[in-house]
Amino acid sequence: MSDQILVSPFEQKLLRFLGGTLLSITEALGKMVILTRQIIYWAKSAERGAVFEQVVAVGVESIPVTMLTSLFTGMVLALQTGFSFRKVFNEPLYVGTVVGLSLTKELGPVLTAVVVAGRVGAAIAAELGTMKVTEQIDALYTLGTNPVKYLAVPRFIACIFSIPLLTILAIFIGIIGGEIIAVYRLGVPMTVYVNEIRQIEWKECVHGVTKSVFFAAIIVIVSVYKGFTCEGGAEGVGKATTSAVVISMVLVMVLDYFLSAILVSFGIG
Amino acid sequence: MIQFEDIHKSFGRNRVLRGCSLDVRDGETLTIIGGSGTGKSVTLKLMLGLLKPDQGRIVVEGQDITQMDEEELAAVQRQFSYVFQGGALFDSMTVGENVAFGLRQLGEKDDQLVKKTVQEKLAVVGLQGIEQLKPSELSGGMRKRVAIARSIAMSPKYLFYDEPTTGLDPIMSDVINELIVDLHNKLGQTGVVITHDMRSAYKISSRIAMLYEGKIIQVDTPEQIKNSTNPVVQQFVTGSAQGPIQMKVRAYE
Repeated sequence: MSDQILVSPFEQKLLRFLGGTLLSITEALGKMVILTRQIIYWAKSAERGAVFEQVVAVGVESIPVTMLTSLFTGMVLALQTGFSFRKVFNEPLYVGTVVGLSLTKELGPVLTAVVVAGRVGAAIAAELGTMKVTEQIDALYTLGTNPVKYLAVPRFIACIFSIPLLTILAIFIGIIGGEIIAVYRLGVPMTVYVNEIRQIEWKECVHGVTKSVFFAAIIVIVSVYKGFTCEGGAEGVGKATTSAVVISMVLVMVLDYFLSAILVSFGIG
Repeated sequence: MIQFEDIHKSFGRNRVLRGCSLDVRDGETLTIIGGSGTGKSVTLKLMLGLLKPDQGRIVVEGQDITQMDEEELAAVQRQFSYVFQGGALFDSMTVGENVAFGLRQLGEKDDQLVKKTVQEKLAVVGLQGIEQLKPSELSGGMRKRVAIARSIAMSPKYLFYDEPTTGLDPIMSDVINELIVDLHNKLGQTGVVITHDMRSAYKISSRIAMLYEGKIIQVDTPEQIKNSTNPVVQQFVTGSAQGPIQMKVRAYE
């Protein structure tokens, strides 16, 4: 008798499912790496006009929503810290320190990335996905234009440039939101709050902004990839958009931990 | 001249082309006919270098494009232009910008020259004065004609048409057919058309090739195709429900 390994139908199904999933994940990762390499290759020949247009779409048009979310995040952070510390220490201590550090190192970059993934990542995946299913991307090839150079590169540069700036803005607005609550609601003296904020070091700012650069790259590459590989008409565009947003948000959260750990181990932040 | 030599192409388990061989001669209009899903669009995209074959050679002007890197391929692709089935006009641009797109990408900076070329090409397809309209404001026939204008703006050597008359009323179909014949006579370009509209195929073609089960089963003049003794070709050109093609579909089921 041969050395046959007996596998039940259930095990076969399970193995096929796991194998198939693993294959599709590794294939997608490989393609994203190739896309990144192509983007970097074409980055030097980017058209200024197209990049500027995307900076407006990604950066300028995201300012209101970023300001609004960060303002309220700063406010609620101050409120929760103040009340919690009042319970423990009988007075709202370290509100400025907690608000400042949380926003600079974590909430500023992560919240901005989440907001931008929802707004810009979805727009990129939907726009490129529609172009893909209506053969406009193939049309670019036939008109002597590389779609990566023409579509992906301006979006990539715009995101890498705009998202860190939006993060800095979010941190600033969040700190102001925290200050409003700390001073007018919790009764923390303005000078105390400002002094605590001043204690934030440059490397803590670098920590937050460095992470936002990586988040920007994740959002734009996932969204462009999902757009370029979109198939199956309107339904396909919907699926590509949803998965672009979900995957970029999840990757931002996961990468946040590892990036923080690496940066801290190098003494940055 | 484009030579298609023993091309095989599969998508997953679906073996679309199974040893397809075909020559496109300079200056002719070759029409590829065949049922839906037989691989006509795949054949065209392979010729353009938008897809890579699993096996076989595609030789354009003596050069095998299957072995080329992106830059070499891009240089060959400059001789090609493709009219997509739905037009594939860029939604975010006006008609004028669409027609000018290829020229701009080739590095033409003279605005006056580009404007003049756009007007000329739109006039060739019978659509003057619509430069400022958006593609969403055009009818199906107009979109196809703008797509043709965009394709000829780059003065390509080879012009490919993907089902140019599909979805159009009979009169507009005939307008497009006449436009294709007229362009061929005026500009002398080599044309490759895929269609399953036989009226269109007879009118515009120098030769017709029938694609069936992943292979070209007959290439001949329209007259010879019309009077073909091959039962598969005969069934297709007469549009009969009875015959070997239907039998084969049933056999697959």
